[in-house]
Order: sequence, then structure tokens, then C-alpha cells
Amino acid sequence: MDNVTFGLTLLVVGMGGTLAALGLLAVMMNLLKKIFPAKEEPSN
Amino acid sequence: MFDAIVNGLSGLGAGVLHLHWSNPVMIAVGCLLLYLGIKKDVEPLLLVPIGFGAIIVNIPLADLMGEEGFLRTIYNMGVANELFPLLIFIGIGAMTDFGPLLENPKIFLLGAAGQFGIFLTIGLALLFGFDKLDAVAIGVIGACDGPTAIYVSSKYAPHLLAAVSVAAYSYMSLVPIIQPPIMRLLTTEKERQINMSELVSTSPASKTTKILFPIVVTIFGGFIAPQGLPLLATIMLGNLMKESGVVGRLTKATENEIANVVTLFLAISIGATMDGRAFLTTQTIMILIFGFVAICLDTVCGVLFGKLMCKATGGRINPLIGAAGISAYPMAARVVQKEGLKYNRFNFLLMHAVGANTGGQVGSVMAAAIMLSVLKGMGIIP
Repeated sequence: MDNVTFGLTLLVVGMGGTLAALGLLAVMMNLLKKIFPAKEEPSN
Repeated sequence: MFDAIVNGLSGLGAGVLHLHWSNPVMIAVGCLLLYLGIKKDVEPLLLVPIGFGAIIVNIPLADLMGEEGFLRTIYNMGVANELFPLLIFIGIGAMTDFGPLLENPKIFLLGAAGQFGIFLTIGLALLFGFDKLDAVAIGVIGACDGPTAIYVSSKYAPHLLAAVSVAAYSYMSLVPIIQPPIMRLLTTEKERQINMSELVSTSPASKTTKILFPIVVTIFGGFIAPQGLPLLATIMLGNLMKESGVVGRLTKATENEIANVVTLFLAISIGATMDGRAFLTTQTIMILIFGFVAICLDTVCGVLFGKLMCKATGGRINPLIGAAGISAYPMAARVVQKEGLKYNRFNFLLMHAVGANTGGQVGSVMAAAIMLSVLKGMGIIP
């Protein structure tokens, strides 16, 4: 694989993958917060 | 008798006779690192042992990095097999509070944008003729995360370890100098004055959510990027121990004793790789330049993404917090707070910036993990 193809692939998949993965994590964390709201545990 | 004395004296002077021109230069570099660490308080925990390691490895004939040398033993014990950065990650996880991030999970996205510099720098390094894996090791300086940079370079480009780790830690400590001009250049005064505390409603995360967070990140990240699981798993194990609250002794040990011992061994090993003959090359200078470019690009991408989020939320996000999306924790968050206060003395951005900054910590590890898995998928690494 030549360097240009390699660099572009890594750029697109790497940046896109990181953004998508953290976006999904954000959604999951919002869901977790809805399922386990803080008010359940007033001591915290 | 006279011959014996002459031979004896020649033995004493052998070190000087074997001196290469690069050795005194690197001894001076080691002294400079010691000066920065001791007198200027710049990352002293790292720069003092790195500087000292750089000095002693450049003394000829001591052979400290030879097969039997004690520095080689330490290097083989935990740098060559990537153990030390992973142990440090457990300590970092135990010291990090992801609460501000969990209060407003959408700022996770800033932690992703803050890693774009990694991939852009890899492209630049390739354009300048670096080998694929060398370019990857150089790009990962942009993670702004010492252990990640050391893990990737020691695994895939060990000959660049010294330059990459020195660049990573140096630029992390220079974040307060590098970031502000870029932040001011890319934002308007009106944007810098946005007071997020008045506009953004956040809700605290429950203890259950905080405990589930490291477990979810590990399982999710492990499935999509198994090559980087050691990085993800160790930082999340440390955080799980902290948040669970049931293994206080282990948490204390990982964030104190283990982290301290490993930092010493890791830093002196990095110093030991700074042998002048191998270190003083054009390649090292290029790596230092690319490392600087990587961190600048991270900041640019973070702030631009912050502007995008500002538009998307109707002006509720201060784009300055995008600069905290890099992993340099907590320096980047402090820089954002300081810049925000310059334009509105009642604008306390710190908690939002800390959220983006911890998002950057997860982001840097996730970006490295994804990159390694993509490399594996392309058949570049075994």
C-alpha cells in the first residue's frame, strides 16, 4: 500500500472512528444517567 | 613499573579519549532538563530522572545500556515490553474524576476533535518521507499523552522512543504557551465571553453511572479496537477502583507507590535512550517539529469543533473549551479557565473545560486504540 492511500485511509477511518466511538459513548452515558439518575442516591 | 603507571593512568583517561562530539552536547541537554525540572518546576517528576539518565548514558565506556548494564535491565523490564506505560495508566485512571464529563456527556465529542491532530500529523510525516510505522509513532505525540506515545513508539518504532517521548512530555508542559495564541486567533471576543454556567444545564452522574462508565468504555472500546485494549483497560481499571470505593488500598497504591516507582523507572529508561550518537540526528529535529505541529493541529481542531458545537447549540458552548479536548490534563483545562476569565471576569469555565479535558484523555486512548486496530486491519502490524 502506498503512503498516500495509507495516510488518507488512516485519516478518514481514524478521525471518523474516533468521533463515532466517542459520540456513541456520549449517547450511552446519557442513557446510563437516565436509567440510574443521581436523585436515587441523595448521599452523592 | 613506569609502564604499569602509564597503563594505569591511560585506563583513567579512557573515558575522555572515547568521547564522541555528541556526548558532551547530550550531557548539556541532560543538564538543561535537570535545570527545567529543578529550577523551573517543569514536569520535575519526569525531567529530573530523564535528564539524569541522559547524562549518565553519554559517559563513554560505562556501557549502562549494554547487555549487562543496569539501565538496559530496567528498559527491558518495562519499556521494551510496554509494561511501564500501562502501569502508569492504572494510576492515571485512579487519579482522574470523570464526573464533570459525565455531567455533560456531549462534550465527549470535543475529546474526539482534540485528537484529529494525530491523524493529520501522520499524513504530514508520510509526506516528508517517514516510514509508515515511524509516522504513526510521530503522530501519536499529538495525543498529548506521554504513556500513550511511549506505548505506541516502544511497540512499533522503538528507535524513535527517545525523541517521541521527549517531544510528548516537553510539549505537554508547554501547553500554556502553545494554546492561547491559537485560541485567540480562532475565536471572536463575543464567543470567548460566552458564560456556559448560565446557559448549560447539567445534571450530576450517580455513583452507579460512575461505576458503570469504566466498565462500558472498556467493553465497548475493546470490541471496536481490541489492539488498544491494554491502554483502555488499564486507565479504566484504575478509575473503576477509585469509583467503586471498595479497594481503597489498591487505589492508593496505584496512584502513589506504583505510579511513583514506575515513573522513576520509565523516566530514567527514556533518558537512557538519549545516547548522543543515536539521538542527535536530523530525524530527531524533524520529530520535535512534527510533535509541535501535532499539538497545534489538535488545538485548532478542538477549537473549530467547539465553534461548530457553539453554532449547533445556539451559542451555549464556549468554543474555548474545545482547546481542552486534548489529553494534557489538567493543564489544558486551566489554560481555558484563564483565557475565559480574561474576557469576562465572572466566566468560570473550569468545570466544563475539565469535562472536555477528561474527554480528551479517553479520546487520546480511544484514538490510539482505533489507529492500532486500523493498522492491524490493513496488515501493517501483526
